[in-house]
Amino acid sequence: MSSEVYTGQAQRAAVAAVAVHDGDGHAHHHHQSFITKYIFSQDHKVISKQFLITGMIWAIIGGFFSVIFRLQLGFPDKSFPFLETIFGHWAAGGHISPELYYQLVTMHGTIMIFFVLTAGLSGTFSNFLIPLQLGARDMASPFLNMLSYWFFFAASIIMLISLFLKTGPSEAGWTAYPPLSALHEASEGSKTGMDLWLISMAVFVVSQLLAGLNYISTILNMRTKGMSMTRMPLTIWALFFTAVLGVLSFPVLLSGFILLLFDRNLGTSFYLSDIYIAGHALPNQGGSPILYEHLFWFLGHPEVYIVMLPGMGITSELLATHSRKPIFGYLAMVGSLFAIASLSFLVWAHHMFVSGMNPFLGAFFVLFTLLIAVPSSVKVFNWLATLWKGNIQYTVPALFAIGFVSLFISGGLTGIWLGNSALDLHLHDTYFVIAHFHLVMGIAAFFGMFAGVYHWFPKMFGRFMNNTLGYIHFWVTFIGAYLMFWPMHYEGLAGMPRRYYEYSADALAIYHRFQGLNEFISVVAIIVFAVQLMFVFNFFYSIFKGRPVKDPNPWKANTLEWTTPIHVGHGNWPGEIPEVHRWAYDYSKNGIDFIPQTVPVSPAEEEVGETVKTPQ
Amino acid sequence: MSTIASTQKVNWKGGVSPYNVSYGKLMMWFFLMSDAFTFGAFLISYGTTRLSASYWPDPNEVFDKAPFINAKLPLVFVSLMTFILIMSSVTMVLAVHAGHLRRRKEVAKWLSLTILGGILFLSCQAYEWTHLIEGGTTISHNMFGPIVDGHHTPGPAAFGAFFFTITGFHGGHVFSGVVINTIVLINVLKGTYDRRGHYEMVEKVGLYWHFVDLVWVFVFTCFYLL
Repeated sequence: MSSEVYTGQAQRAAVAAVAVHDGDGHAHHHHQSFITKYIFSQDHKVISKQFLITGMIWAIIGGFFSVIFRLQLGFPDKSFPFLETIFGHWAAGGHISPELYYQLVTMHGTIMIFFVLTAGLSGTFSNFLIPLQLGARDMASPFLNMLSYWFFFAASIIMLISLFLKTGPSEAGWTAYPPLSALHEASEGSKTGMDLWLISMAVFVVSQLLAGLNYISTILNMRTKGMSMTRMPLTIWALFFTAVLGVLSFPVLLSGFILLLFDRNLGTSFYLSDIYIAGHALPNQGGSPILYEHLFWFLGHPEVYIVMLPGMGITSELLATHSRKPIFGYLAMVGSLFAIASLSFLVWAHHMFVSGMNPFLGAFFVLFTLLIAVPSSVKVFNWLATLWKGNIQYTVPALFAIGFVSLFISGGLTGIWLGNSALDLHLHDTYFVIAHFHLVMGIAAFFGMFAGVYHWFPKMFGRFMNNTLGYIHFWVTFIGAYLMFWPMHYEGLAGMPRRYYEYSADALAIYHRFQGLNEFISVVAIIVFAVQLMFVFNFFYSIFKGRPVKDPNPWKANTLEWTTPIHVGHGNWPGEIPEVHRWAYDYSKNGIDFIPQTVPVSPAEEEVGETVKTPQ
Repeated sequence: MSTIASTQKVNWKGGVSPYNVSYGKLMMWFFLMSDAFTFGAFLISYGTTRLSASYWPDPNEVFDKAPFINAKLPLVFVSLMTFILIMSSVTMVLAVHAGHLRRRKEVAKWLSLTILGGILFLSCQAYEWTHLIEGGTTISHNMFGPIVDGHHTPGPAAFGAFFFTITGFHGGHVFSGVVINTIVLINVLKGTYDRRGHYEMVEKVGLYWHFVDLVWVFVFTCFYLL
């Protein structure tokens, strides 16, 4: 393993040497073939794009699945013949079968949370920004970095294969609770599909581990001269805590999955006890499904923050840059990130209030869950204070960052409701939870990702994305997000249960009144999905045909990535790595619009008597 | 002002660590931390399951066999295994120390002994597993239940399940440690680290090896002593 680390280092030194000789860092680039340059590349920027594009492909699949099951929820009586064309006997007569419904829901969750918002989001921006914003030639270990992508790729392929099995993919929910997930007899999806799901996720954990170890050691060890921890941009702080969360929580998930895999295939009973199938008692005794829930949510809750923190970092960075103001409360931002990351390990059982867990234990988790509201509010306050009286440039990335704050507030407030175990007993299995987590960690995290893509696209590809399409993308997605999920709060408060295939039974007659609302939500979902396809078009079209970037620093930002040439070569800076003299947020200081981190502190600045804005 | 003065004093650019630790070692430490969480999750799961079981086998009865000796010797064999593994940690310390002094032959000697210790440990584990499995205790079955009429009845299956899963997972770690140590030994013999100018690789695999030993102390305590 580590012999490769040294090779990587030597290679970087070589690249750096080449780059010093060679102005644009492109010309004689130790003869890379297409394969080493674009496929098995060890360049963090290429790996970042690989994560991004793989994530986008998954997002289209995951989003498409949600459209299909929204068709069922919105129009349970209508027949859609095209579904039979796509899914065959799984959608006989144009109606998706209950099995397929659960498979779509399960895969939508799995794909979106793990493959898009974990690998696609933090994989993209950690890889892209950590070396560029810290002033490093590449990651600590470019080889392990490449491996982390290819493990993710392998996990993707295994998951993709499971979609095409005769018995279909897993249908036990993205949480894969036993006994549904542990018994082959439980459902079609619980046959080979579930095994592939577990194997794919285990490979995914390895990928996250390799990635996280690399991010952490790069951030701690590879900073350029003058880049003290407290001068790092907030994006880097956020990605740092994201990586720490991943390294500490994914291993526990792996343990849980290994035990589940053994329960499925080796006849153990870690999670199984007292089960009857069709009147026959199973031999399994002594296990507990709640044990699985604990192991799962010990990852599952930090996972929520693995998804959220990159968006928070990107938003902090973008709000300062696009409102031409220093970030408000830099150290409070770092502190609240730390508090959120720490607390996220102490709240997992708030997902389990209705599991039969000891209610006394629940009280402990209520307390810590409500505590998370404190650092979250600190962040929101600081974002709003950063915008306050700023010279806000309403660019597309800025709009998405502001949208992130809006969604985070709307979804976060209902988190305080759900964190109370007494309320959660009523709300847990209803659409209220769907509304809550889609706003606060689903759409909000997507907004963080969109903001980042629009903002750093010029750095990634040397071209801009189309602005008009960007504005359409923002407004339709933003309004659509509220139109989809706001009504679900009402449905949930009224008790409408989630996970149901249809509500036609007499016992559910009370929910028939929501039929119109469900139809409305489904129509909005289809429109929003179509607009995402437009974004994908904009993305790929702009790579080749977008407006070329002329100014190396198009957003007039302070961070180091904009000191590189427009088309960045392997090794990032053609000459010496720049030295850092100040924090990243000197906007509109002493009448100067922006002062990049590389500019030394002038005597005038010191004479004014102002602090150098390097909180220590 | 003082900030700037102090950062100028610190002499690092790009590659050299402000913490004076190489990123490779840092990565190894963080990996060990995450691995500790994996084992922690297993052992806590084991603990909760065992505490909620109404009966649990007595380790003194389960592990009372040693090869070539036809007598009841509770925990003697596993003590030997533990001793071997801990001694291999000692030889690893000596290998790392010799690496600091850059004495190639000594590193090779101590590293070989470490590998030997690892292989011995794995062989002992193989013997123990075989013995248990031949006696009918497998990952899904446990022959050491409550005694009825002087004979054991089948007991909680979780005993065998956790025993084989956790010692197997640990054995897997020992095995990969032996493989990595062997690769490093080959590099030592080829003089790779002399050319590189340092034996940090030996130190890194040393960290891993000590970690695996430390985990065994917990596994040993949880399965054999408690």
